[in-house]
Order: sequence, then structure tokens, then C-alpha cells
Amino acid sequence: MIYLLQRLGRTTCNSLAKTGRSAFFLAHGLSGVTDIALRPYLLIKQLYSVGVLTLLIITISGLFVGMVLGLQGYYTLSDFGAEESLGVMVAASLVRELGPVVSALLFAGRAGSALTAEIGLMKATEQLSGMEMMAVDPIKRIISPRLFACILSVPLLAAIFSSIGVIGGHLVGVGMLSVDEGAFWSQMQSNIDFYDDIVNGIIKSVVFGFMVAWIALFEGYDAVPTSEGVSRATTRTVVNSSFSVLALDFILTALMFGDI
Amino acid sequence: MQHSYTQDTLVGLFVACGIGALFFMALQVSNLGAYNHQESYLITARFENSGGLKVKSPVSVAGVRIGRVTAITFDLQSYESVVEIQIEAKYNTLPDDSSASIFTAGLLGEQYISIEPGGSETYLENNSEIDLTQSAIVLEEVIGQFLFKAAADE
Repeated sequence: MIYLLQRLGRTTCNSLAKTGRSAFFLAHGLSGVTDIALRPYLLIKQLYSVGVLTLLIITISGLFVGMVLGLQGYYTLSDFGAEESLGVMVAASLVRELGPVVSALLFAGRAGSALTAEIGLMKATEQLSGMEMMAVDPIKRIISPRLFACILSVPLLAAIFSSIGVIGGHLVGVGMLSVDEGAFWSQMQSNIDFYDDIVNGIIKSVVFGFMVAWIALFEGYDAVPTSEGVSRATTRTVVNSSFSVLALDFILTALMFGDI
Repeated sequence: MQHSYTQDTLVGLFVACGIGALFFMALQVSNLGAYNHQESYLITARFENSGGLKVKSPVSVAGVRIGRVTAITFDLQSYESVVEIQIEAKYNTLPDDSSASIFTAGLLGEQYISIEPGGSETYLENNSEIDLTQSAIVLEEVIGQFLFKAAADE
């Protein structure tokens, strides 16, 4: 009984301590924005490794998600004779939900895990302590560029995902299933609002990028410096960031699109 | 630290693609290109019942969309629904005795306001009001009337 209580207390203390460490870590990482302004090439290098290298998987998945939406939407809508609404359906679901969420999930799997493994291994091979010995702040030098690169690239990736998805839906709907092209675009344009739908989708993806970057970088920085510890941290990154993206999506959707 | 120009180029390409995608969404997918930047004027219309009309519902004349609903409020004195309509400035020759009715696009479609032009020589201006209105048709009321009529006939 006492043992169980002890375990509960220890778990609570540990998780609180971890939350506190991650908050300080985030504040320290964000304060590195001045160093990035001094050394923009650090940011560009990270934009390449988190953004450009994720572009391919985002483009291909966006195309297929859009095509599947077009196909499934067509089958359901044609029962009601409302095939012309296919454009609205595809664009609304992509711009509001699927674009930001799926691209953030793919980003967590593709770039988040890589970031955790990279930083975890840097810690395990004592590169971070080495930097500290040379009076270089490892958080500002290593973490900040990656943090800002993620925050910048996730919205861009989400925008690319949604656009490619709309084009995919157009390929299937207009090209394969011969929905009227004019109705496809005009209904889409009259029902999708720039501020309500597109800007909100972008705000969502900025939040997701921030969250995924924070979790991935902190898990790497906080990993137990052994090969097992790094592998566990990588797993935790993917699981936790996917979970928080989905949970945050629900909260943000309720705030943005609800009439509460 | 060595500098790679290929990397710079690819990052530039990535950012350009992202911004291009944003522009594509703004102009091709959403309504930004069509309505928001044009000059417009406001008119109001009072309806006994505005039915399922919503903010941003279309307003059309002869089937051509000329504006949209910007606000729907309830007037406590007259118990009417006050609908504010924004009309594009280029359609400034609507007679002031025009009438507004709420119709439904298709059987289950969204509701919209249709303006029927009158014969007056003076035109609607900013903040003027349409006097002749016809309320939305509520399907339950029509069915109810039909049933009562059928019962009365027997």
C-alpha cells in the first residue's frame, strides 16, 4: 500500500519536474531568436532538413488524400444528386482539417523522430556538453534553429498539402468522374471563406508545428543518453506529438468553427 | 561552416512553393478574389420570418448574384427579423420599390434572397430599406396548411 502511494507520488513529481524542465527549455529555445538573426544559415540548413526533405511525402500523400476524398465524396454525394458540391466537400475538409492535421502527423513521423534521434545522439556522444565546454550555448546553437525551422515549415507544408489535395480531388472528380468543372470551382469559391477557413487552417498548422517541434526537441534533449534511451525518446516523440496534434485539433476546431 | 548553394536553392524553392500554395488557396479555392475588395453599399429589409437565412447567404436579382447578407438581427418593437444586405457598388440602379423574397435553392438547398426590381425612377441608396418583402416559406407550415385543407374537404 505504502509502496503504491510512493510510486504515485514519484510519478507525479517526475512528470511535474519534466513539465517544468520543458517549459524552461522552450523559453530558452525561443530566446535564441536573436542568434538566428545573426546566423541565418543555421536556420536555412534546418529548413532544408525538416522542410525540403519532408516535401516529397507531403506532396504524394496530399495528392492521394485529395483523390480518395474526391472518389468517396462522389459516391456519397451522387446518391443525393449533389455531385456539384464535390469541390466544396474536398476543399473544406482539406483546408479546415485534413491539411493541417495530416501534414502535422506526417511531419511528426518524418521530421520529429529524426530531430529527437539526432539530438539524443548528440547528447549521448557528449557533443552538447562539448559545446558547453567551449562556451557555446547548445540550446541557442542547436535547438533554436530547429524550433523556428519547424514553426516556419509546417504551415507551408500544410498549404502545399491542401493545394495538392484540391488538385487531386479535381483530377478524380472532373477528370475521371466527369463532375462539371465550372460547378466544382464556383461552388468551392462561394463556400470557402478566406478568413474563416484558410486563415484558421494556417493558424492551426502553426500551432501544430510549434507543438511537434517542442515535443521532438525536448524529448531528444531530455533523453537518457544510451541507445535504449534514445530509441524510447523517439517513440515517445511520435506517440506524444500525434496525440497532442489530434487533441489540440479538437480544441482549436471547437474554438474556431463552433458558435460557442 | 561551409555554405551550400544547392541547399539555399532548394530551401528557396520550398518556401516559394509554400507561398505559391497559399496564393492558390486564397485566389482559386476561396472567395477572396470575388467579393471582399469591391466597394459596396448596405440596404436593409424586414421580414416576418427569415427562415433558414444565414449571414453570407447570397442575394440575387434575376438569378445573378449581386451581394450577400451581412447581418440578421431581431427587432424587439415590431417582432420582425431585420436583414442587412451588402450589394456591390456597380449594381446601383435597383429601383426603391423593389421587393425582396426569401427562396430556397432546390428542395433542400440553402436559402437566398431574391430581389425583384420595381418600376420606380429613384434608386436604392446606402442605408435605404426595402419595404416590400415576402417571408421564407417554412415547409412545416405549408404541409400543415395542406393537411388542414385536406381534412376540411372531407
